[in-house]
Amino acid sequence: MSLPQEIPWLEKASSAERGAATRQDRAAPGRVNLLRISWLRPLLVSRWPQFLVRAVTLAGFVFAITAGLLGSQVGSHNFAIIFVWIAWWTALKLVFIPFGGRSWCSVCPIPLPGEWLQQGGILEKGRRFGLNLRWPKRLRNSWLQSNGFLLIGLFSALTLTDPRVTGWVLLALFALAIGLSLIFERRAFCSYICPIGGFTGIYARTAPVELRVLDNAICAAHIEKTCFQSCPWGLYPVAFRDSSACGLCMECLRACPKDNIAVNLRPFGSDLTQPGSRTRLDAAFLTLVMLGSAITFAAVFTGPWGSLKSAAFAIGSLAWLGYAVGFLALNLLALPGLFTLTVWVGHKLSGAKLPLRQMIAEQSQALLPLGLMAWIAFTVSFALPKLSYILGVVSDPFGWGRSLLGAAATRWSPDVSGFSSILQVILLFTGLLWAGRVIRQRSWPVLVFCLGYSLTMLWLLVG
Amino acid sequence: MKMIRWLQRAVQFSLPSLAVLALVVIFIPSPAAAAIPTDRTFHIEARRFEYAPATLTINPGDRVTLELTATDVVHGLSIDGYNLEVTADPGQTARLTFVASRQGSFRFRCTVTCGNMHPFMIGKLEVGRNTLLWKGITLLGLALAAGMWRLRK
Repeated sequence: MSLPQEIPWLEKASSAERGAATRQDRAAPGRVNLLRISWLRPLLVSRWPQFLVRAVTLAGFVFAITAGLLGSQVGSHNFAIIFVWIAWWTALKLVFIPFGGRSWCSVCPIPLPGEWLQQGGILEKGRRFGLNLRWPKRLRNSWLQSNGFLLIGLFSALTLTDPRVTGWVLLALFALAIGLSLIFERRAFCSYICPIGGFTGIYARTAPVELRVLDNAICAAHIEKTCFQSCPWGLYPVAFRDSSACGLCMECLRACPKDNIAVNLRPFGSDLTQPGSRTRLDAAFLTLVMLGSAITFAAVFTGPWGSLKSAAFAIGSLAWLGYAVGFLALNLLALPGLFTLTVWVGHKLSGAKLPLRQMIAEQSQALLPLGLMAWIAFTVSFALPKLSYILGVVSDPFGWGRSLLGAAATRWSPDVSGFSSILQVILLFTGLLWAGRVIRQRSWPVLVFCLGYSLTMLWLLVG
Repeated sequence: MKMIRWLQRAVQFSLPSLAVLALVVIFIPSPAAAAIPTDRTFHIEARRFEYAPATLTINPGDRVTLELTATDVVHGLSIDGYNLEVTADPGQTARLTFVASRQGSFRFRCTVTCGNMHPFMIGKLEVGRNTLLWKGITLLGLALAAGMWRLRK
C-alpha cells in the first residue's frame, strides 16, 4: 500500500498533529453531522443520486460545447454563453461555494470521462486504464492554477462573449482532463491544473461544510486505509486541516467500514479562525490573483469605460496588449507588492518572530472572506441583469430563431437596481468585517489593505 | 469621556450591534438635494461597445432629454431604475425625455444586440449625490473600526 503523498501538507503533518486536529474537530461546538439526518444519509452514501446529477451536468456540458461550436455566434442567444458564464458561474459563486465549499467538484462533469477510464468503470471499479504516474512533486501546489486564472483574465472578454471560443475552451478542458487522467494517477487535473478548482478550493475554507474523521484512533488501527485507497483525489481524511482540497465526492464515506466519517455543517469561516490554521505561499498568491481578477472583471464588465471593454476584447491588438500589461501588473506586481508591504509593516509593528514568508501566508487568510464577498458583489451586478436571458436560450439554445417553449423572444428586463446596489454594499461591508476577524498579530496595516480593496470595489460597483 | 466609555461598553462591536448599525446607515433617509430643477440636453454617441459621453451628471428633478445617435449599428439605451427605453438606427438620432425623479447612480445599457460585448455596453447616470456610495464608505469605516477594536485586544 502506498502512502498518500500528493498533497504536501499531508507529508509534513506529524501523527500527533493529525490526531490533535481530528480530536479538536470532533470536540468542536457548533457542528451538525449531516449523516445523522435519516433521509439525507442514503442520498450521500449511495452513488446513484450523485451519478444522476453528474449525468445531467455531463449532458449539459456536452450540449454547451455543441451549442458553442454550432449555434449562433451572438453570445446572448447561445446556450453555451448564457448557461456557462451566466447561470453556472453565478450559481457557483452565489450558492455552491459560499454554502457548499467544493460541492460543485462532486458533480463537475469535466473530470468524469477521464476518471471512469482511469478506474475502468462508472459506478464500480474495473480494470484500471492509463499510466497511473505520480504527479511531479515540484508541481504539487497551486501555481499552475494561479497562472490558469490569469489566462482566464487575459482572454475573459472574448471567452465570456464568444460562443465558439467558449466551446473550444470547454472542449480543451475536457481533453486536458482526460489526457491527464490517462497519464497521471487520481485527479491531477482537478488538484493542480483546473483554475476553477483553485478558485473553489481556496474559498471552500470559508464555507459551512466539512468532511472530517470522527475518531482518529479508529483510523490509526485500520490497516487497509480504504478511505485513502478509494479517494479519487488521493487524500487521507485523517490529515484534513481545512476543506480546501476535499472535493466532497463521498467516496471515503462509502469505503469506510467503520462508519468513521462525518459530513459536518459548521460555522462560516471555521477553517480560518481555528488555532494553528495555516496556508502556503502559493495559496496566498492564488488568493491575491482572485482579488486582482475581481477588480479587473468589475472594471471591464460593469464599468462605463468602453475603451477598456474594447481593449479587453480585441485580442492581439495594441490596445489589448496595454490591457494585458495592466492586468498582469496589477496581479503580479501591484497587489502582491502592496500586500507584502503591509504585512512587512505589520510584522515590524507587532514584533512577531515569524519569518515574513510565513506571515504573508498566514495573513493572506484574511483575504479569503474579502475576496469571496467581492466576487459575490461583482456577480450581483454582472449576472442578475442578464438572468432573463436564460429563458430565451432554453427556448432556443442554438439561437437559430426557433422558440421551443415559446419564450425565445422573452423581453430583456435588467432592472434590479432597486436592491442590487444595496446588496453589494452590504456584501462588501460583510467581507471587510469578516476579514477583520481573521487578521492576526495586531496587524492593522493588513486591515488597511483590506479597506483599500473594499473601497476600490465599492467605487467600481456602486460609484 | 463618560459618554464615550458608555458607548464603548454598549457597542463593543459585537456582530448584532454592527448589523443594527449597518441597517440604520443603509436605510436612514438622506437629505434631499437643494438644486433647482432645470432642463438639460445630452447628445450621446453610441458605438460598439461604448457611449460617449459614458457618464451623465444631473440634479434630481431635472428634465432631461437624451439625443442618442448610433454611429455603426443599431443601439438602444435603457436606464436601470427608470422604465425608459430608446432605440437608434445607424446614422439616426432618437430622442428621449424624462424627469430625473430618483436620486443616485444608475447604469444605462444597450438594449439591442450589437455584438459580442453588447451585454456589457454600459454608461452611468449620476442623479445628484450618490448617497449609497457615501453610505457604503461609512459602513466600510465602521468595519475598519470594528477590526481595529478587535486587533487592539
